[in-house]
Amino acid sequence: MTPRYSIFSLLRNAASYHQDWPEAWRSPEPKPSYEVVIVGGGGHGLATAYYLAKEHGITDVAVIERGWLGGGNTGRNTTIVRSNYLWDESAQLYEHALKLWEGLSQDLNYNVMFSQRGVMNLAHNQHDLRELNRRVSANRLNGVDSEFLTPAQIKAFCPIIDLREQGRYPVLGASLQRRGGTARHDAVAWGYARAADARGVDIIQECPVEGFDIEDGKIRAVRTGKGRIEARKVGIVVAGHSSVLAEQAGFRLPVQSLPLQALVSEPIKPILDTVVMSNAVHAYISQSDKGELVIGAGVDHYVGYGQRGGIAVTEETLAAICELFPMFRRMRMLRLWGGIVDVCPDASPILSKTPVEGLYINCGWGTGGFKATPGSGHVFAHTIARDEPHALNAPFKLDRFHSGFLIDEHGAAAVAH
Amino acid sequence: MLLIVCPWCGPRDESEFSYGGEAHIARPKNPEKLSDEKWGDYVFMRANTKGVLLERWVHSHGCGRWFNVARDTVSYRILAVYRMGEKPPKLDKTTYV
Repeated sequence: MTPRYSIFSLLRNAASYHQDWPEAWRSPEPKPSYEVVIVGGGGHGLATAYYLAKEHGITDVAVIERGWLGGGNTGRNTTIVRSNYLWDESAQLYEHALKLWEGLSQDLNYNVMFSQRGVMNLAHNQHDLRELNRRVSANRLNGVDSEFLTPAQIKAFCPIIDLREQGRYPVLGASLQRRGGTARHDAVAWGYARAADARGVDIIQECPVEGFDIEDGKIRAVRTGKGRIEARKVGIVVAGHSSVLAEQAGFRLPVQSLPLQALVSEPIKPILDTVVMSNAVHAYISQSDKGELVIGAGVDHYVGYGQRGGIAVTEETLAAICELFPMFRRMRMLRLWGGIVDVCPDASPILSKTPVEGLYINCGWGTGGFKATPGSGHVFAHTIARDEPHALNAPFKLDRFHSGFLIDEHGAAAVAH
Repeated sequence: MLLIVCPWCGPRDESEFSYGGEAHIARPKNPEKLSDEKWGDYVFMRANTKGVLLERWVHSHGCGRWFNVARDTVSYRILAVYRMGEKPPKLDKTTYV
């Protein structure tokens, strides 16, 4: 039984100079067979395992990860959480996730540092304004909190934005989701891992998948670097490498894997207490609890698995940030990195059964998967446990690229694709 | 940042080009007889190879012409550039797990 984290355990461990804290999760060798194997130990995969155990009583589960937990996009994103998507299907899915975020630290007994500091999306021209108003109205009809801010209200909410009209990107208005914010990305992976482990889930790191054993169109086993693991059901949750694994399982995906980059500045005193995003100029910015400015850039527009982005994209983003926040012009940047995002043609995810019986896929989150982590794991666990989608992810099936029922969220994904 | 050798203009900076995705996708011959599955595959399914990918680029801020490129999607190394209508050169397929 994993001991609970609390003020009392903190005091108890202080007496031994914090040298005796137990490991947050075990690192067992894989068993020869499991009921469910989840491929991919990022936030979405670990959340899936946790909700399989918690909501569906399925504890004979292994999460296998080729690297280390949260070493992919979970640890590379800009940690923004929001649910202000345009269409009904997406708004409901992301709002489901946001509601889970609101109780997540208590649920996991792990502080994911979820901070509802608000997410502001800027409009720079008349078209942006109209689209923004449309989205605010659509959000409100779907029960997602969203409000429109005039330039005066923006100035009051976030005083450091340059609102002088001679700017390169004049700010004409903004939408604000006050319940949006940020969370500590590593803590999300670790919290889900610890909570899943406590319910009996085996978490196996450094275990790459080499192939799938499929008989009569039904999944039998996963071949891994640590041997063959039999499984009745397998869920693939591997983001950028989804098509590589799908090909090994014998089906195709419509996703393209693109490098998306982010960067942080040197740490400074608190200056920005919200998240500012600008769809039109490819920039979004917030400040971490450590004081670094966390900046997200756009994608490189060609297929790439190199986990690094082109310098032209970085320059474009930083130019926009400097226009919006002239006071940041002399800031120095500390780190720059890339993650491989799997982008769908309609910029919406795929949470679906596949042509292989017992094999499920959760992919296509593109540039915005982090915010959905709890909701994605929750509905994907339902899909695996019941062998049918949850009402919330039913529209996000792989089949939509044949039926034509696409969910076009290019406008709401914040980074133009 | 890629240095791409346009078959007509020579080596130019990546920022002069636009990406066209997978190369050698043939438009269906009898579109009116195609099933929804086949149409979906034609419109949406694309190679997303980890390794050597044959892809199209256009020199949009130069001569404006399309051409094909064989590029390694992990090292980003360009292995061959060839014109539209030409057959792809024989290349060792690098495989990554």
